[in-house]
Amino acid sequence: MSEVETAITQVHHEEWARVVASLARRFGDLDIAEEAAAEAFAIAVEKWPADGVPPNPGAWLTTTANRKAIDRIRRESKRDDKHKEAQMLSDDEPPESLGAIDDERLRLIFTCCHPALAMETRMALTLRMVGGLTVPEIARAFLVQETAMGQRITRAKAKIKAARIPYRVPSAEDLPTRVSGVLAVLFLVFNEGYLATGAETDPVRHELTAEAIRLTRLIRALMPNDGEVAGLLALMLLTEARSTARVSSTGELVTLVEQDRGAWDVTMIGEGHRLVRERLASGVAPGRYQILAAINAVHTSARAVGDTDWSQVVALYDQLVRLDSSAIVVLNRAIAVAELDGPEVALAAVDRLDDKLAGYHAYHATRADLLRRMGRSQESRAAYDKAIELAGNTAETAYLTRRRDQLGRA
Amino acid sequence: MQYLVSVIADEATHAGTPDERAAIDVFNEQMIADGNWVFAGGLAAPSAATVIDNRGAETVFTDGPFVESKEFLAGFWVMEAPDLDAALKLAAEGSKVCNRRVEVRPFL
Repeated sequence: MSEVETAITQVHHEEWARVVASLARRFGDLDIAEEAAAEAFAIAVEKWPADGVPPNPGAWLTTTANRKAIDRIRRESKRDDKHKEAQMLSDDEPPESLGAIDDERLRLIFTCCHPALAMETRMALTLRMVGGLTVPEIARAFLVQETAMGQRITRAKAKIKAARIPYRVPSAEDLPTRVSGVLAVLFLVFNEGYLATGAETDPVRHELTAEAIRLTRLIRALMPNDGEVAGLLALMLLTEARSTARVSSTGELVTLVEQDRGAWDVTMIGEGHRLVRERLASGVAPGRYQILAAINAVHTSARAVGDTDWSQVVALYDQLVRLDSSAIVVLNRAIAVAELDGPEVALAAVDRLDDKLAGYHAYHATRADLLRRMGRSQESRAAYDKAIELAGNTAETAYLTRRRDQLGRA
Repeated sequence: MQYLVSVIADEATHAGTPDERAAIDVFNEQMIADGNWVFAGGLAAPSAATVIDNRGAETVFTDGPFVESKEFLAGFWVMEAPDLDAALKLAAEGSKVCNRRVEVRPFL
């Protein structure tokens, strides 16, 4: 990649959301904002290699995009409200201060993650409007047809307009619930990348995990005092840090216990640990993402799996169960309990989840592992069969199949 | 901006209880005081509906609702709200007082 191309990619990452957000504020229309921003970047790709990168790329892009948006409104103004047009064209407000632009980006995020939109729509819209991913990129990420993804995004923008979903940061009383919705969207994007489902896809989709981390960093910069934002960022970093060790060269899942800890990304782990310590020092009661991050901090602090402080892991899961007593949390707690109190105790806890998790591959994989450790091979094999049948991730299927077949030789 | 808040009911839950009606009255009075109230009304069961088609040479009257379904419109509010967030907040309160699911849709 040439120097200019690298610069354009970086500017795209840094400036896309700013440009879209400032246009959305000015024109009150996400469609216009997005198309004009895309046009401005297309012009940059054309011109910058010859003319060089302008000294203030963000301002250049905003000015160009504004001009493109006005062109489009002029073209369409015959059927539009003339007064509105006049008002937009005469908008000569001074350039926004950095704080105001940050507010605009937040507004954009909260609009894309509005609870009146379906969860999958929120994910797609956030990746498009805030992340600047193209429609084909998003379609590929979620394994749907490009036209279908394009329609989903178009429909979402139409709903925002028709239903008057407000373009603003929610009021203080609504903020906590709305932030948690934003974080849920980002966590889903991350997980879709980390545990990609689908028999044909790569087991880890770095374009999605990287994008989720980048957007969470953006939220963190905009809301530095929100503990759960810090917690989610730490959780993602501590998870992503292990991703290269998580799949073997033959495409098989490598569990935490078997991973080559030397392959973990020490920079990401360092940053994740710093965030976890920052939250502990705050003295504020942690939410779900902060506890999950702390659990991952314990795992990544151990140089060898034998050094893992399992009692601390179980204590953190106890804390998590108090916030969220869902069956999946109870299942994960039981996995830690197996290390502390043995597989028999863990299996008793896991078996109680049967009515809730019978359709979930990790439930059967956990049972299979516990039964194997207790020497109950036949039952273990049946549980592996069930887990393989239900698992959607290629690396996981390969791992489970090998484990099952090892039982056969034993 | 005006929003239609449709009250969704099914046969089993159609008739409101006296407590529900009283709660709805209190909610409506608050909406009137706050300037959100435009219009509201409850509807008789779909079995009381008659469908009319006068597009052809003859007027055709059909007994019953235009669409058969388990769920139907039991009543509605027309609310004045500055944006969807405000409408959703009012509709959430409406869902609580009438003890039904509601659907929010903006007027064109």
